[in-house]
Amino acid sequence: MLQGWVIVLASVAYLGVLFAIATFGDRRAEAGRSIIANPYIYALSLAVYCTTWTFYGSVGRAASSGVGFLPVYLGPTLMVALWWFVLRKLIRVSKAHRITSLADLVASRYGKSQLLGGLVTVIAVLGVVPYIALQLKAISGSFTILAHYPEIVMPAKAGAQPVLQDTALYIAVLLAAFSVLFGTRHLDATERHEGLVAAIAFESLVKLVAFLAVGSFVTFGLFDGFGDIFRLAEAVPRLRALMTVPAGGYATWVFLTFLSMLSILFLPRQFQISVVENVDERHLEKATWLFPLYLLLINVFVLPLALGGLLHFSSGGVDADTFVLTLPMAHRQEALALLAYLGGLSAGTGMVIVETIALSTMVCNDLVMPLLLRQGWLRLHQRRDLSGVLLGIRRLAIAAILLLGYVYFRVASEAYALVSIGLISFAAVAQFAPAVLGGLYWKGATRAGAVAGLSAGFAVWVYTLALPSLAKSGWLPAGFLTSGPFGLALLRPQELFGLTGLDEISHGVLWSMLANMGAYVGVSLAGRPGAAEANQAALFVDVFRHTAGLERARLLRGGAPVQDLLPLVGRFLGPERARDAFAAYARRRGLPSPEALPADADVVHFAETQLAGAIGSASARVVVASLVQEEPPGLEEVMDILDEASQVRAYSRELEQKSRELEAATAELRLANARLQELDRLKDDFMSTVTHELRTPLTSIRAFSEILLDDPRIRLSERKRFLSIVVKETARLTRLINQMLDMAKIESGNAEWRTTLLDLNEVVTEAAEATGQLFREGQVALTIHPATPPPLVLADRDRLIQVLINLLSNAVKFCPAGAGRVEVQPVVEGGQVRVDVRDNGPGIAPADRETIFEKFRQGGDTLTAKPRGTGLGLPISRRIVEHFGGRLWVESRPGQGATFSFVLPLEAPATGAEPSDPATAAARPL
Amino acid sequence: MAHRILIVDDEPSIVISLQFLMAREGYQVAVAGDGEAALQAMAASPPDLVILDVMMPKLNGFDVCQRIRAEPAWKAVRVLMLTAKGREVEMARGLKAGADAYLTKPFSTKELVAEIRRLLAPGEGTP
Repeated sequence: MLQGWVIVLASVAYLGVLFAIATFGDRRAEAGRSIIANPYIYALSLAVYCTTWTFYGSVGRAASSGVGFLPVYLGPTLMVALWWFVLRKLIRVSKAHRITSLADLVASRYGKSQLLGGLVTVIAVLGVVPYIALQLKAISGSFTILAHYPEIVMPAKAGAQPVLQDTALYIAVLLAAFSVLFGTRHLDATERHEGLVAAIAFESLVKLVAFLAVGSFVTFGLFDGFGDIFRLAEAVPRLRALMTVPAGGYATWVFLTFLSMLSILFLPRQFQISVVENVDERHLEKATWLFPLYLLLINVFVLPLALGGLLHFSSGGVDADTFVLTLPMAHRQEALALLAYLGGLSAGTGMVIVETIALSTMVCNDLVMPLLLRQGWLRLHQRRDLSGVLLGIRRLAIAAILLLGYVYFRVASEAYALVSIGLISFAAVAQFAPAVLGGLYWKGATRAGAVAGLSAGFAVWVYTLALPSLAKSGWLPAGFLTSGPFGLALLRPQELFGLTGLDEISHGVLWSMLANMGAYVGVSLAGRPGAAEANQAALFVDVFRHTAGLERARLLRGGAPVQDLLPLVGRFLGPERARDAFAAYARRRGLPSPEALPADADVVHFAETQLAGAIGSASARVVVASLVQEEPPGLEEVMDILDEASQVRAYSRELEQKSRELEAATAELRLANARLQELDRLKDDFMSTVTHELRTPLTSIRAFSEILLDDPRIRLSERKRFLSIVVKETARLTRLINQMLDMAKIESGNAEWRTTLLDLNEVVTEAAEATGQLFREGQVALTIHPATPPPLVLADRDRLIQVLINLLSNAVKFCPAGAGRVEVQPVVEGGQVRVDVRDNGPGIAPADRETIFEKFRQGGDTLTAKPRGTGLGLPISRRIVEHFGGRLWVESRPGQGATFSFVLPLEAPATGAEPSDPATAAARPL
Repeated sequence: MAHRILIVDDEPSIVISLQFLMAREGYQVAVAGDGEAALQAMAASPPDLVILDVMMPKLNGFDVCQRIRAEPAWKAVRVLMLTAKGREVEMARGLKAGADAYLTKPFSTKELVAEIRRLLAPGEGTP
């Protein structure tokens, strides 16, 4: 007979066995011979996912919604496919940063934020409490049912019994005691509990065996196999409906699958077992197919059990959640019923123990300790060993959490089936997904974003799922659900903003996740991560390349010797600082000098850390990788580099612009330089020419002076001749010097101009008179054709005469001796007067027509063409004419003489400005 | 027999002074007004020494000097270059062209005469 004491004894014995296994596991772990260091134990321990919800609740769910129980197992199976990317990364990050809980993970990721750690802890505790209540409900219910064996009596309502007679209370106390025993016997820096894991794995085996046993009994004992059950069920219309997904049920499927995908990662106990308790991330490889296999096995008999139960208890009155237990009982299978009970017990205890331990770690580390530290209550500096305090806090936390679970059980659990309670918890822990997954893959996520997302999601969860569960239990007015708070229909918690057509869980998940992700992404994008956050972000997101890089570097021993690293770091930090840092690092490693450091991965890591401070971790890695030959950069890093590269491109565009400007400036400079060189060459030529012009008369003067000085016996006539040469050459020299000074004055703008109104006819006449001697000597005929009326110009009289004298004397010089003819003719033309000076000399070659206006340049080769004159007359004349707004030029055909012409603006336009007729003009030979 | 000297210059005043100086020294003097005339005069009767101006019409002094040096028959002819362009590059150019001496204008008459005496001294410049 299964009296109460038998069941209690069996329960305690079972828990004793668990405890023994845990103790054994811990001893082996201490001895260094772990019993859990294999993928099978790991995979079995992961099955802590299957709680009484699975053991009892799935059948209940299947009995009401057919295959609707499946999403909760499809989700994890789908997620397992992503484990290699997601879970492995979580494990790697957690191991790298010694992370011991989900709260720790989130806090650490976002710059070691205490606020976030506390927030996650609160959400986890409040979210998971219903789930714990679910276990209490299931265990106490199964105990009560089994205690009435062979009668099948449904347990009383949760709140109906006095607290002290409530089985659930004692179960809660018992579970609290065991959790404390399992999880808080000693403190471990890594928070790993090998014995516990071994016990959990054993529990997974027990519940699987128990469930398969009951399933086999029902399927093959009570019925004639699967086919028989389904065939019988087909015959009942209500049961046939269970075989199909009800209309509109697909949305529920999608949401439930999504929820359970997240739950397998973010339920505190799953995180504890799959991440914190993980011994070796390679165990994931086997777990990836072992765990789904476990889920498959434990679900094989769910539908047969549900259908069998419904067929058997067709009259109703038996909660489908209890079929696993009541079916064997109904057929007087004591042992099987006890096994089923123990299976349920193991499912419940496994969950509660791991969950409370995980939560207590969070409560202690992320909620209580920060508060205590802030309050200064602990007087930490006076205590050497805090482990007792910590353990005490955790034990209290475990007790408190179970107490909360019990309270929720008393308060709210009656309104819900097991699965619905579990789903509320699922929806709560799903709130961690954006912050954690975003934190693993998105460097731009910020602490503020995480806080906002978690707060928003949790608030919506409370409003759409937690409060309604209280309302349904009568703790809040029913009107809160039916007509919304304060009668605002739009705010009805289960039809928020008028969203209908979804079941309450899907509805709550949709809104809470929308709020969560929206706030998380929106706030993150609106801000920028702080330095600490950015650093952690890089460490988390790039954890694989980090650790993989180090491993690779370790393989590449000698690939990055200090002789290479030190100058590299020195380049960014300055040689002295770099050397100091490396010296300090070498001392820490017990080495006398930086040079003694081995070329190992640690040194590379150190160098990278140093660099990261100066140039950012992304750049530091790239820089160091150039020495270490790391693995090729990942997409994210490439994007980062590209991001930086685009900035660099912007700079380089500016640089290119500058460089183009510089090139232009350079070209101008080169041109200017060429001009300068040309000018320099011209100056040299000029100086050379001036020298020549000055030396030539000087040569004669000196030679004759010496001759006359040396030889007093020279004949008088000879003496006279020589002296006249000296005088002539002296005059030439004087003229030359005067003209050079004149030219210099005009060029520098220092010349004095006395501008008056002049009659050009008069000026011509005066110039002709001044050069009369030349014409007579050269026997050249000069003809002047004055203009009528006299053309008036504004000019300097002496300068203009100088111009004309120059032109006339040039003309004489080039005229053939004896047959020379020169004509001068002022012509009024429009608003100006032109003066032509025409000769019948040899003319000027076209190439020389401009050069003759250059200083010291006369027609012909400078070396062979002996200058006749100073070579300054024409340049000076041109400058003078130009000064008065005119032009001076020459027209000539070789052999037919040359005509030098200049124009000047007319001051008082002569009336009837006709070109004067040469025939009527007075031609007077001079 | 008196040494024969050819004066090549296009500045009449300078030619007159040189003529007087050379005649006073007892040399037999000929005059050419430009480079081409100089070469023609030499072909007619080669002198012992040429006083050669650089800057002349038609053919400049450097070229005349080179022609002289290129002609084996005129191997023994000494060339004294006179130039008003006193820069060293041009002195170098003149010596390179084969001049035996190079004086810049204005020259010292004593120096010129001494230089010519030296060039025409027995054994000097004779191959």
